Amino acid sequence: MSCDEKVDCGRRRLIVATAAVGGVAGAAAAVPFLASFAPSERAKAAGAPVEADISKLAPGEMMTVEWRGKPVWIIRRTKEMLDGLKKLDAKLADPKSNKPMQPEYAKNEYRSIKPEYLVAVGICTHLGCSPSEKFNPATAVEPDWQGGFLCPCHGSTFDLAGRVYTGKPAPDNLEIPPHKYLSDAKIVIGDDSKGA
Amino acid sequence: MGASNYEKFKTDGSLAGNVLEWVDARFPLTASWKAHLSEYYAPKNFNFWYFFGSLALLVLVLQIVTGIFLTMHYKPDASLNASGVPVAFAAVEYIMRDVPWGWLIRYMHSTGASAFFIVVYLHMYRGLIYGSYRKPRELIWVFGVLIFLALMAEAFMGYLLPWGQMSYWGAQVIVNLFGAIPLIGEPLSIWIRGDFVVGDATLNRFFSFHVIAVPFVLVGLVAAHILALHEVGSNNPDGVEIKKKKDEKGIPLDGIPFHPYYTVKDIVGVVVFLAVFSIILFFMPEGGGYFLEYNNFIPADPLVTPPHIAPVWYFTPYYSLLRAITYPLFGIDAKFWGVVAMGAGVVIFAFLPWLDRSPSKSIRYRGPIFKGFLAVWLVCFFILGYLGVLAPTPGRTLVSQICTFIYFAFFLLMPIYTKLDKCQPEPDRVTFK
Amino acid sequence: MKKLFLALLCAPLLAFASGAELHLDKAPDKANDLPALQRGAKIFVNYCLNCHSASYLRYNRLQDIGLTEEQIRGSLLFTADKVGESMTIAMQRADGKAWFGAPPPDLTVIARARSSEFGSGADWLYTYLRGFYRDESRPTGWNNVVFANVGMPHVLWELQGEQVLGADHKLQLAKPGKLKPAEYDAAVADLVAYLNWMGEPMAEFRKNLGVIVLIALAVLFVFAYALKREYWKDIH
Repeated sequence: MSCDEKVDCGRRRLIVATAAVGGVAGAAAAVPFLASFAPSERAKAAGAPVEADISKLAPGEMMTVEWRGKPVWIIRRTKEMLDGLKKLDAKLADPKSNKPMQPEYAKNEYRSIKPEYLVAVGICTHLGCSPSEKFNPATAVEPDWQGGFLCPCHGSTFDLAGRVYTGKPAPDNLEIPPHKYLSDAKIVIGDDSKGA
Repeated sequence: MGASNYEKFKTDGSLAGNVLEWVDARFPLTASWKAHLSEYYAPKNFNFWYFFGSLALLVLVLQIVTGIFLTMHYKPDASLNASGVPVAFAAVEYIMRDVPWGWLIRYMHSTGASAFFIVVYLHMYRGLIYGSYRKPRELIWVFGVLIFLALMAEAFMGYLLPWGQMSYWGAQVIVNLFGAIPLIGEPLSIWIRGDFVVGDATLNRFFSFHVIAVPFVLVGLVAAHILALHEVGSNNPDGVEIKKKKDEKGIPLDGIPFHPYYTVKDIVGVVVFLAVFSIILFFMPEGGGYFLEYNNFIPADPLVTPPHIAPVWYFTPYYSLLRAITYPLFGIDAKFWGVVAMGAGVVIFAFLPWLDRSPSKSIRYRGPIFKGFLAVWLVCFFILGYLGVLAPTPGRTLVSQICTFIYFAFFLLMPIYTKLDKCQPEPDRVTFK
Repeated sequence: MKKLFLALLCAPLLAFASGAELHLDKAPDKANDLPALQRGAKIFVNYCLNCHSASYLRYNRLQDIGLTEEQIRGSLLFTADKVGESMTIAMQRADGKAWFGAPPPDLTVIARARSSEFGSGADWLYTYLRGFYRDESRPTGWNNVVFANVGMPHVLWELQGEQVLGADHKLQLAKPGKLKPAEYDAAVADLVAYLNWMGEPMAEFRKNLGVIVLIALAVLFVFAYALKREYWKDIH
């Protein structure tokens, strides 16, 4: 800043310095108020990882658990279902799961840790409805339907790996949440840390 | 001094200048700035006592901001949760523990309530000693008394919200005061509570008043208070009208622009205030049991009254006035007259401009009778405040009766003794340095 | 005038010198002694958390006193199955009322509620938990020196043994317990320190933050005061 004769330079420097210190203090005082908008401990506890027992899940069936208020599907896919997935690549928007809708360990053909079990967030990536199950190939949701999901809101379709069909409103594959196996019978959803 | 008396801004051709000119043609921005800050001439001899007006405004803003954030997390609900604790009480502990930084915001608000009264009491005392209520500032003073009343209502209703034992029984006692009014008292107090006892309905309506209705009134009154002040100009420790001596441009000889002189001075006051405020907030948020009463950490229980209940410290002088009246009068019982004494103890301040007949405004030039009476009155005010915290005993009741008598005598005898008093002549100009 | 003034100054002294005294023992300050707080937490969970809840405290908050999530899950988590849950109890309030005359109160903020002009809440708790004595006239067989006709029996009696109130109104140990008196006092001090921590878990952080805030305000004061001086040198 230029100092001509009309401006008192010492005074101006002092104003700037005081404003700077006061501004920093004011900004610091705003932090607690802004931070108070973050999820509370109660919300965090409600959003804590959930355990699911998959020992009673029969092949070809699915179960739904609630994690952070959202439906999470666990689908035990049969051999036929898994084979069906391979025929669909041409009809899918992102068959290779290149978009980051899944953790690294689920970026594979079946979008899962174990091919047999799919764990996916049952929320359509279009506008947040929960798609309905259409496992039976005979329902013919699409030509040559291999079984999958149909979103009731705007007609987006997904295959049994949660991959979205092309030409549908939904832009992305279904989200695969972080999860891990505690044992063959137990899955934890919301936590994929190694450790104990 | 209307805003239209000021010249509108003429642009220098820069973008900021153009914008300001555009705004000024449609809204009195420059004019308001000048009228209330840069060309509002305040006496240059303001002393320590003149910090508390701006500090009261600061605390009002602090209470509104912290209150907005607390309202996001608080639930006015008297029903019991699964652990058998009232939801409202648990909501406060939820804020204290589960909401990120909630404890800080809550302590700011609870400490702010006490700070508000400290600052406002000091601000009122300033008016008392320098005669700030005297002509032509009567309306400023009356608005101020109304602010004080609104503040008491705001604090009282806010105190119910944590739904602790003191919240509950304090509200119970105060609402029952209305029951003292002959004939309509009992139905009136039921109507105020919305229930036969203080309950969920009471909590909800107090919440609504506390967060919406009374703050609106407070902000409006504060605006009126400041507008009235800027219409007639500030008083000062000498009680001399600075507008009587002006220079050729019409600027008071003893006046200086509020901005920048008093803005930079008030910033120093604000920093010192915030330091004191922080010491309480961070190191003694309970204020020794006066700012957050210990019994209020016990959830409200309509079946058990704590062995000793006392209002929060800022109400205790008036609570003592209430308890001091123990005799029936005109066939109406003492309870009613206690309520009258308490109400009168507050409202009587509004009549000061017309009770005071002294030729000089400021205590600096007043005679010994006023000074002595004021000192005794102040001691009585403190004693009443302290007695209000304690449980009554016959000895204490007697002391509070003497103090109540002096409290009212100070006001009611004022027309007489201020005339008798021997004042010194006021100077022509303010004294500075 | 002056006489009236003096009388007024003296009157309060007479008026205020009365009221029942409550003598409390000073609780040792263990607010920063993490091992003591952890021992206290263990006593609390084992002895208190059957009848009393601490429903505003989440188990994972115990990380603030130096416990890991695994330690909490392993040795303290009996009344819930997730560390994010709070310390609630299974006992119904109606049952508590039937058994003890009143439902046992939630203890999360008990240390704050028991503060008084006679001492801190910790002092009260420290005296209370060491002040049980045998009293056959009570339904539970127990009474207490600071909480007359208390509804709660002496839950820690196995540790302390049995006290009786002597003719001089002093407590005497009639039957020794598992712990020596000094050991029992130390255990109670740990428990009280824990209860005190639980009342305001952010207390230590609050004080530390306060120091930083005051330093910042001191810096701001220097600048603000210099600015005020700078402007006011114009005014004569």
